[in-house]
Amino acid sequence: MEYHLTIPLQKDDVFKLHIRDVVYMTGTIFTARDEAHQLMLDLAVDSVPFNPAEMALFHCGPLMKSVKGNWHVVSAGPTTSSRMELFEDRFIAKYSITTIIGKGGMGNRTRQALLKYGAVYAALTGGAGALVADMVDEVLDVFWFERLGMPEAVWLLKVEDFGPLIIAMDAHGDSLYSR
Amino acid sequence: MDQTKIITGIVKLIRKAETELPEDVIKALKKAYLIEEGLAKTQIATILDNITVSRESQRPMCQDTGIQSFYVSLGVDSPYRAELKQLITSGVKVATKEIPLRPNTVDPLTGVNHQDNTGHYIPHITWDLVSGDKVWITALPKGGGSENMSRLEMLKPGEGINGVKNFIVNAVTNAGGQPCPPTIVGVGIGGGADLAVKLAKKALLRPIGSQHPNPSVAIIEEELISQLNASGIGPMGLGGKTTVLDVNIEVAHRHPASLPVGLVIQCWANRRASLLLHADGTYEVQ
Repeated sequence: MEYHLTIPLQKDDVFKLHIRDVVYMTGTIFTARDEAHQLMLDLAVDSVPFNPAEMALFHCGPLMKSVKGNWHVVSAGPTTSSRMELFEDRFIAKYSITTIIGKGGMGNRTRQALLKYGAVYAALTGGAGALVADMVDEVLDVFWFERLGMPEAVWLLKVEDFGPLIIAMDAHGDSLYSR
Repeated sequence: MDQTKIITGIVKLIRKAETELPEDVIKALKKAYLIEEGLAKTQIATILDNITVSRESQRPMCQDTGIQSFYVSLGVDSPYRAELKQLITSGVKVATKEIPLRPNTVDPLTGVNHQDNTGHYIPHITWDLVSGDKVWITALPKGGGSENMSRLEMLKPGEGINGVKNFIVNAVTNAGGQPCPPTIVGVGIGGGADLAVKLAKKALLRPIGSQHPNPSVAIIEEELISQLNASGIGPMGLGGKTTVLDVNIEVAHRHPASLPVGLVIQCWANRRASLLLHADGTYEVQ
C-alpha cells in the first residue's frame, strides 16, 4: 500500500502500516545520531528545547551550509541506524517517538520497543543525500551545534512528501531485516 | 602561482569525486534496475535519481562526504614532489568550504571536530613512486557506514581458499543492509595484516566488471559475486537480487604460517576521480 501521512503520525496511522508499505510524510523531523541520543537520554525531558513527540526522528548527520546567517541543506541522506540500537528502546520510551527514519535496519531490542510503544521504522534510500535535500522546505532550528558539531547536532527540518519511505519494521512486530 | 593553481585542481578533483559517479558504476546500477522488481527497484530508482540531481546541482551525492583518501603515483622527476602532500592537504581544506564537504575529522578520543577534514594522518595518502615527471592523483572519499563493515581475519593456511570464501560470504551477509548495498567488495589476500587490508581497499579502485589478470583469482571473484547475489539481501537490505555490483580481489605473497584476508566494503557510491598533473603545472581531471 502507498500512503501520504502527516507528522506526527496518529496511533491509527501507526497501526495501519505494515512492512513493505510505501509512505511519504509531511511535517517536522529532527535529526539525531549517536551523540544526540546520548545527550538527550541524559537530559530531563522538560529541558529539551523542542518536543520530539511532535516530530519524526531522522537518523542523519546532514551536510549543511550557512548563507548570510541562514542554514540550508546541501545533502542529507540517512545514516546507519544500527549504531543507535544501543539506546533506541529507551529513547522511544522517553520521548514518545512514533516514527523513526533511517537506513540499514535495527535489531531485536528496537523491534520489541516498536511493538510495545506503537511505532514504526521507515527506511530511506541510503546515500541519496542530494535528492533528500530537495525534499526539505525549511531548516527550522539547530540545537547543540557548538557542542556536537555539524553531523551530530540536532537539526529541525520541515519536509514535504518526504519519501519514498519503506516501512521496514512495523508496530506489529514484523521486520524486513529479520527474515 | 603554480601552487594556487594546483590547489584549485585538487578542489576540482574532490568536487568531481563527490558529485559525479564514474560511468562504470552508473552502468552497473542501471543493469541492476533492469533486473530488480518491487521494493528493490524503488531503491535503485532513487539512487539513479540522486546521481542525476547530484551531477546537475554539483552538490555531494551523499551527506557523508567521507574521509579524504588519495592514491598518488608520483613521478620522481616532478617539480612538485616536495610540496605535494601540503598542496593536497590545502586542497582538502579549501574543498571543505567551497563544495562544501561535511566536516568529518574528529579527535579519536574526545570526538572534537577539526572542522576542515584534516588532522593527524588525514588526508590519508598512499604513495607510489614511478619514473618520469608526471603525477597521477586518485581521490577515493570513503564513507563511514561502509567502512565500519571492514574486517580482517588471520586464517590458518590449512583452511585454504574455502576458508577465505566462507569468511567473505559470512562477513558481507552479516553486514546486511548497513553498508548501503549494492556494494563493491574489496578483498586482499596474503601479505600481512596491514597489507591484506590495504590491498582490499586498493581493490576498490578497479573499474566494475574488471577481472583479476590471474584466472585462478578471477574465478574466485566470479564465485563470490554469484554467492553474494544469491543471499537475497538486496538493495539497502530490503531484499532483492543485487547485493553486490562487483567483487575485486588483490593478492600478495604471504608468510607460510599466515593466510591473512582483508575485507573492505564500499557503498554503491563508489566515488573516485583522478587528476593528472604535468611538470609545467597544468592538469587534467578525469
